[in-house]
Formats: sequence, C-alpha cells, structure tokens
Amino acid sequence: MAAALVPRKTYVSVFVSLMVLLALTVGVDLFDLGAWNTVISLAIAVAKAILVVLFFMHVRYSERLIWIAAVAGFFWLAILLALTMSDYGTRGSLPARTGWTLSATEVSPTSGG
Amino acid sequence: MADESSMVAHQFEGMRQQEESATLGMWVFLATEIMFFGGLILGYTVYRLKYAEAFAAGSHHLKMALGALNTAVLLTSSLTVALAVHAAHRGRRRALLTFLLLTVVLGLAFLGIKATEYYLEYAEGLIPGRGFSYAGPAPPAEVQLFFVFYFAMTGLHATHMIVGLAVMLVMAVLTWRGRFSGAYYSPVEVSGLYWHFVDIVWIFLFPLLYLIGHH
Repeated sequence: MAAALVPRKTYVSVFVSLMVLLALTVGVDLFDLGAWNTVISLAIAVAKAILVVLFFMHVRYSERLIWIAAVAGFFWLAILLALTMSDYGTRGSLPARTGWTLSATEVSPTSGG
Repeated sequence: MADESSMVAHQFEGMRQQEESATLGMWVFLATEIMFFGGLILGYTVYRLKYAEAFAAGSHHLKMALGALNTAVLLTSSLTVALAVHAAHRGRRRALLTFLLLTVVLGLAFLGIKATEYYLEYAEGLIPGRGFSYAGPAPPAEVQLFFVFYFAMTGLHATHMIVGLAVMLVMAVLTWRGRFSGAYYSPVEVSGLYWHFVDIVWIFLFPLLYLIGHH
C-alpha cells in the first residue's frame, strides 16, 4: 500500500512544518496589513492543506487514479467559488436596472384600449 | 488471525486491488464532503465581503488563542493518525492501538476546548436568536449573521469530529480483537483519510473565522 514507502521521520517533519505554519499565521495576525492579512492567512492554510493531502493522506505516493479523485474534489470547489464570486463580485459593474418589467413605451399600443 | 487471502472479498483480484478500491471510494466520498463544506464557505464568503466590518467585529469576539490551540491539537491528532497507519502497516498491534487511543484523546480535547468556547460565547449573549446581544458600532443584524455562519460551520465540523471519534474507537476495538495485520489494514488507512480531511476543514475554518483583520 501507498503508506509502505513513507518513513516515520517524514511524518514528523511534516508535523513540525505544520506547527511552524500555524505559529506563522498567528504571528502575522498581530500586525495590521489590511487585506493582506486575509490573503496571507489563506495562503498559509492552502500550504498546510497541501502538506496534509500529499504526505499524511499519501496522495504523493498513491496511484494516478487516487490523485485524480483528490484533485477533482478541490477542482469542483474552485468552479463553485469562481463562478459564484464572478457573479457577486461584478454586480455593481453594470448600470442598475429595475428588472425585466417592460417600460411604458415598450408596451404594445394595441393592448391599451 | 485470518490469513491474507480470506480478507480479500471475492470481487477483487487481490489485496492490492481491494486496498486501491477502498482508498478510491473514500476519496470519492471526501469529494462530496468538500462540496458540502464548500457551500457553507461560499455563503460565508459572499456575506463577509458584503458585511466586511460587521464580520470583523463579530470575529473579534471569538477566542483566538483557544482557536489556535485547537488547531495545534488537531494537527497533532493528524500526526498520531499517520503514525497509527504506519504502525498498522508494520503489523505493530500495540503501537497501532496506542496511536488510535491517543487520537481519540486529542479529538476529545478538541471538542472540550470547542465546548468551552461555545459556553463563553453563550455567556456573552452571542448565540443567534432572541437572546442575541451585541453592543457596538456595527449593525447587530449583520454581526448576528456572522455568528449564524460561525455556529453552523464549527457545528458541522464538530459533528464530523464526533463521527471521526466513533470511527477511531471502532478501529481501536477491531485492533484489540486482532482484526488487522501488516497485510490487511485498509479500514485503518481509510479511516485515517477521513480524519485528515476533517483536520483540513479546520485548517480553513480557523483563518476564515478567527483571523479577520488583526487582533
């Protein structure tokens, strides 16, 4: 099995790296960097997640099929986030409209009476 | 102890194919779990961008030190799970049992710390509902929405922790009964994948909920 190849000291090194990253993210939080606080803390979270997936979850040592299944989950999450945020993020970019109701000039004169 | 061939179900060619199928099955389930938590994270993100100041105000009421401590506890539990799988592969039953039970202890510690946080938030009147009280510059309704997301996301995560604890206890019992060997330990490996996933969810919840702006 995949785990066969992983020496115990690899797990310990990964654990130490995770704890260093945790200390780093808490440390960065002490400083006011504006929007960069969020960017840095999420970048550190992604780094931690990659370490866990590759080493603790053995994806680095697994068959391609497992690799595809793992990537597919995160890829679909990326689609969900990207498409939704491209909607909410651009709502102010277009001129405001009241909706799809027809204005008075667009109504056919024959329907008036 | 049963011999290796008796542990392979009839539809598989051999142990290796059975192990790969079990691992793939768990990853497919985890993909659905990613989308499950992903929906909440998406909703949270939309409203955090919309009510940025209120969400920051709400976040500053969370106990950042306890959240960081809990992150450390969970990361440590992932190490004990990885070492449990390692011990299982080597056929070291006593070490496997020890690491499984250590994982259970760390999982219980996480839930204990989380419960403490919930109590402190209850005492401050931060539970959404009629008793919700927030006196600050941000609109209370928007701050309350932050706490709706906070309790939904951490509550769903805690539910997964409880399931993970039950799974680890079952693994411990099966280990104690001598069910696993160096040749057959897929259930331990697959349970480990689930535990690591729940850890990853917390890795993201911690910065999203606790680390808004600086403290």
